[in-house]
Amino acid sequence: MVQKIESQYKEILSQYMQRQSEQNLYVGQNFSRQLISENTSPEEVISMHKAAMQDLYSDMPEEVWHSFDFLIEMMINYGLALQERQSLLKRQEELKVEMDLAAHVQETLLKTKLPALEGLDIGLLSVPARKMNGDYIYFISDQAGHAGVAVADVIGKGLPAALCMSMVKFGMDSLNDSTALPTQVLETINRVVEKSIDDSMFVSMFYGRYDASDSRLTYGSAGHEPAILYRAEKREFFELPAKGLLLGVSPLATYEQHTISLEKNDMVIMMTDGVTECRTDEGFIERDVIFNLIESKKDEPAQAIVQYVYDELERMQNAELRDDFTLVIYKKI
Amino acid sequence: MSNQSSVEILTEWDIVAARQLGRNVAKELGFGTVDQARITTAISELARNIYLYAGQGRIEIQRLTENGVKGILIIAADNGPGIPDIRKVMEDGFSTSGGLGAGLPGVKRLMDDFRIETILGEGTDIRATKWLR
Repeated sequence: MVQKIESQYKEILSQYMQRQSEQNLYVGQNFSRQLISENTSPEEVISMHKAAMQDLYSDMPEEVWHSFDFLIEMMINYGLALQERQSLLKRQEELKVEMDLAAHVQETLLKTKLPALEGLDIGLLSVPARKMNGDYIYFISDQAGHAGVAVADVIGKGLPAALCMSMVKFGMDSLNDSTALPTQVLETINRVVEKSIDDSMFVSMFYGRYDASDSRLTYGSAGHEPAILYRAEKREFFELPAKGLLLGVSPLATYEQHTISLEKNDMVIMMTDGVTECRTDEGFIERDVIFNLIESKKDEPAQAIVQYVYDELERMQNAELRDDFTLVIYKKI
Repeated sequence: MSNQSSVEILTEWDIVAARQLGRNVAKELGFGTVDQARITTAISELARNIYLYAGQGRIEIQRLTENGVKGILIIAADNGPGIPDIRKVMEDGFSTSGGLGAGLPGVKRLMDDFRIETILGEGTDIRATKWLR
């Protein structure tokens, strides 16, 4: 094999030495691709060149041969750099596969089931900026008509954020109470987060509990992006403010809660800052833009509305998602 | 040609002497120009590590014959501080990124066999072999 390559190289070189044409250079370059694919190092190429020249022009002065030996010495570190690069590329590929697997595990782990309640239409979309999602949605519901929803966002993205999210899930799972009120839920999850995660990690969370029997939503927030209420009759949007510290800051934090009644076609829009902090080169996309998007589709099913808002915001940002994006709409029908 | 089979590393010039010794032995054993350059680069790297990090030490060159195959063994030994995190120095990109040269992963690549023993506060012993194919 080696001898075959050497004789091929000699032949191509000899052609070029006889006639310095572009054609012969082109043949040479094509041959170099083959050498690279066979992991031939630069020092081996020079050694091969020297041997070929010795065969073709044996009467050259000694200095020429010495110069090739010198060049071989010069190339050893280049050859090593090439090998190192190949091994780093392989490592990178392995990491990518690992991340894909982890993202898949996360998807399975954090899967949640949309509640099916009479009179409530729910739309949900959560898209990670990178492989792993730092936003989290959790639903819990029962036959009596309660539908709880948690929308959480880890300050941070990627793998650390995703690991952190598992804690919130386990907290919600162990609470396992669809009738629990936001104050109770937020205080419980706060203690779990405070105990289990790194001091540098914080989680914001909105919790809403809808009661289908009286169409009332009770909500609270731990430093989360305020939810928005759309009043269909007035065709107006209102912020739903609620005070509360981020989860994980203090085990003693308390959370307030408020209750609103939903009328037919009213919507509660819950989101993470990946929605409100969408921006183009000209700056942040104004809230009004998002409100207009929602209003223009207000008669559509909730799922169609969230999908439309996402598609439009993605288009405005040239398909570049800077942060994890999560949008949930509760629509009373 | 010297019969000396080891070189004490005290100054930067001793690195050159170690290279010379290694190249002579490699040539005698019948290694081609490219392998001579690889062996010499490995010696250079090991001697430089001794000079830079241990202050002083020794490079020893041995001729080997195993099952009729000839080879060269480089031993780099010092009584320096030892290497606290071998995994780290054996990682790609650790030494090259700072322009420090091929580093220990480079030596491993240049040779066929590579072993390292290091004890904190006592020193380091590296053995690298290349066989004549």
